[in-house]
Amino acid sequence: MIYSNLDCIPGKETVEHYGIVQGSTVRARNIGVDCLAGCKNTIGGEIKGYSKLLEDSRKEALERMGQQAMQLGADAVINVRFSTAAITAGAAEILAYGTAVKTR
Amino acid sequence: MGSFMQLIFTAVLLVVAFFVGTTIEKKHYKAVKEKEEEFADLPAISSKKVVDLNKIVNTKLVSGCIVISNDAFKKLVAQVYNIFGGRISVYETLLDRARREAIIRMKQQARTFGADVVANTRFETSRLGATNNRGKGMGVFEILAYGTAIKLSK
Repeated sequence: MIYSNLDCIPGKETVEHYGIVQGSTVRARNIGVDCLAGCKNTIGGEIKGYSKLLEDSRKEALERMGQQAMQLGADAVINVRFSTAAITAGAAEILAYGTAVKTR
Repeated sequence: MGSFMQLIFTAVLLVVAFFVGTTIEKKHYKAVKEKEEEFADLPAISSKKVVDLNKIVNTKLVSGCIVISNDAFKKLVAQVYNIFGGRISVYETLLDRARREAIIRMKQQARTFGADVVANTRFETSRLGATNNRGKGMGVFEILAYGTAIKLSK
């Protein structure tokens, strides 16, 4: 499965479109990280725990999107976009979406 | 007496936050500038059409993200600014360095992949939390940079 946020997979020809596929994951922060983040919030700077968490969630969202694309018979996803939304105070939704295509 | 102690405690916390926060910001800017020089030969561009398609060997989606927040003192400054309006420079620098760091992290992924250029670079900014319990004010930000790493034939 190839992902790209370009209009096409460079060097390959798009043969067929399967429409939009998406993968999302909703993650809550764990208490340990939350406490640390609270301290970090006072002095400022990067909150590494959250960076790591969101990176992992984004990978999972991509994977889920890939699975959906695979079920449709696609072998690549083009025009991939990411979007993050804070749902409640403690949880964030990570969404990845794109167009599933078959390439040659 | 109790409220007086609380006031002192808050003041001390703000002073500590100011010094530590400023040090962190300076250090971060220094690190960002160093790494930007290191990755100067790997351009990240925002256009979709890069090079001629025949030279492309391989592509991969790369991303870099950072979650960042300001210190308590700068947040207070921002809230004061918020009343009068105008530029909130304390947040401008925060978002600036976060965005540059995100680009650097994206480029690190691209470098591991062996890319020559990152095309169609996009930014995504989202607010994860708020400074106070009522859900207002400025809080923790997440900056994401993503693009397509392209490897070219030599």
